[in-house]
Amino acid sequence: MKFAYTLKTAVNGLNARKSRSVLTILGIVIGITAIIMVMSLGEGAQNLILSQIQGIGSKTIAVVPGRQPNGISGAMSTLTDSLKNNDLTALRNKNNVPHAANVMPIVFSSQTIIYENNSYQATIFGATDFFAEIFDINPAEGRIFTQDEVNGYSDVVVIGSKVKDELFGASDALGQKIKIKGRNFKVIGILGKKGQSTFVNFDQAAIIPYTTVQQYLLGIKYFNRIIVEADAEANIDSTVQDIQSTLRNSHNITDPTKDDFYVETQAQAMQMVSTITNVMTLFLAAVAAISLLVGGVGIMNIMLVSVTERTREIGLRKALGATDKDILTHFLLEAAILTSVGGIIGIMLGLFFSFITSFILTNVLNLAWSFSFPVLAIILGLGVSTLVGLVFGIYPASQAAKKSPIEALRYE
Amino acid sequence: MDLIELKNIKKVYDPESNEPTLALDGITFNIKKGEFVAIMGPSGSGKSTLLHVLGFLDLPTSGEYWFDGKLLSQYSKDEIAAVRNKKMGFIFQAFNLLSRTSVLENVKLPLLYSDVPESKWDKMAQDAIEAVGLTHRINHDSSQLSGGEKQRAAIARALINDPQVIFADEPTGNLDSKSGQIVMEIIRKLNEEMGHTIILVTHETYTAEHAQRILTIKDGKLESDKKVERRRSFGEFLK
Repeated sequence: MKFAYTLKTAVNGLNARKSRSVLTILGIVIGITAIIMVMSLGEGAQNLILSQIQGIGSKTIAVVPGRQPNGISGAMSTLTDSLKNNDLTALRNKNNVPHAANVMPIVFSSQTIIYENNSYQATIFGATDFFAEIFDINPAEGRIFTQDEVNGYSDVVVIGSKVKDELFGASDALGQKIKIKGRNFKVIGILGKKGQSTFVNFDQAAIIPYTTVQQYLLGIKYFNRIIVEADAEANIDSTVQDIQSTLRNSHNITDPTKDDFYVETQAQAMQMVSTITNVMTLFLAAVAAISLLVGGVGIMNIMLVSVTERTREIGLRKALGATDKDILTHFLLEAAILTSVGGIIGIMLGLFFSFITSFILTNVLNLAWSFSFPVLAIILGLGVSTLVGLVFGIYPASQAAKKSPIEALRYE
Repeated sequence: MDLIELKNIKKVYDPESNEPTLALDGITFNIKKGEFVAIMGPSGSGKSTLLHVLGFLDLPTSGEYWFDGKLLSQYSKDEIAAVRNKKMGFIFQAFNLLSRTSVLENVKLPLLYSDVPESKWDKMAQDAIEAVGLTHRINHDSSQLSGGEKQRAAIARALINDPQVIFADEPTGNLDSKSGQIVMEIIRKLNEEMGHTIILVTHETYTAEHAQRILTIKDGKLESDKKVERRRSFGEFLK
């Protein structure tokens, strides 16, 4: 039998029932559209998050106090005060960590900031002057604090754009005094609008020398994080090991399983984010795939109706010499053509909607989003939709092939 | 040489049930190559069942059916389909053309299931359509044709693989007498000029009298097997 001619016959058969064919593939179209959108936007979201992590600097290593959380009981036993000043000194010692270009302690907290009659709940971020470089943020107005101000426990603050808007409105904030926990801080810098960064929303933050935060605002002697920047990406692994041995030494730990701190690198974070977004994308795609299943059942239903309607045609074809296999192929092809056309339309619609969404995210919400062309999803979508046609077409097609020619010809 | 040889053919419907229907009750006859045979009988006599058995559309319950020198039970399922395709042509009372399909495509339909290369299809179909005088309607949709034209298109379709035998099941049953006459003239030409064996099922005596021989079936049995003394001539339809 001539495959190309059968294909043409099948297309003609579908063409003759245009509106029904279109309605039949709607389920497949919607399913594939949803899958393509989920895959494309998922990829875009992952790229956005990864680029933000990379924005912090791929040479950055974070030392976190407490035991690495392992389930709920692990999280409960974390010690939050294990990173102290002597650890900072030890890490800054070039003999201990030779490839550390910079070491910055961080303390954070949430506090109410008051200016005249206005108040705002801000994230207090205690750091050194190095924070601007590490997080790639620079003040739109004013300056950041200096190393001397850090060493001198100065009451100076750099505020985020939202903090400025909430407290000062349109009036000038630079040089004004704001109150945190009853203590006056001089505003020396205002950050530009940056939006949500990976870990901290700097728009809602007030950045103060960590010494001041520890001493006067929180009354603590420990750090929430110590950020170490390696001098080169190639030295990250050795620096991580140096940090671990230095801290074990200063904490008198001999058994690595008893560490009261752990080290996070950007590479790990990126891997973690990739894993999470991949799982989310797959999960959403699986939900979208349910609609494919529904679409497939619809195809099967319509094909069964079609087989009954075309009983005479089937009988005629058999009388003219069609074998069971010919009839089976014919109806399977019709189903597969239906679903693959549905798949192609779905892919185009999915790409279109993803592109529109990307456009809106980029131009309206000002995200550093890029449209991603999900090649794998397209191949998968086309394959899956054709497969749906074959799987759900096989039952109606075998019903058609089973018909005896005289029964079929007698059918009115 | 006999093209068709039936020996004590029986066909029972619902053999497992309490009231099995005996549609064919021991039919025996031979048909030679090139013969024009009419099968007659009242409705319910079993003549349609007999045609279905002869045309490999239905299997007999018992008895021997030799077609072209080979016993029916020795044909495989695919061989049966191939015989229907290459050695048999069918003309139905209800025409059974595909709607929304041109005459040309309808006539080509049997070729789809043959091993004839696709490059020859159009020429073969055109020749067959010319043989039934329908060339001027070749690209028309089948639903635009009159009843007589539809049956002529169906005859062209039956002809296309140059079959050894053409089965015609009440070919004039849905036609007015003039169209019926034209159709019967064509069928006779197929027999007399092109040498096709024709097996015609009808309940009309004047249609049956185109044949050389009339088999009469009653209650599933062969009642008579007569030579037609005075065959109907072409002009006699127009009274």
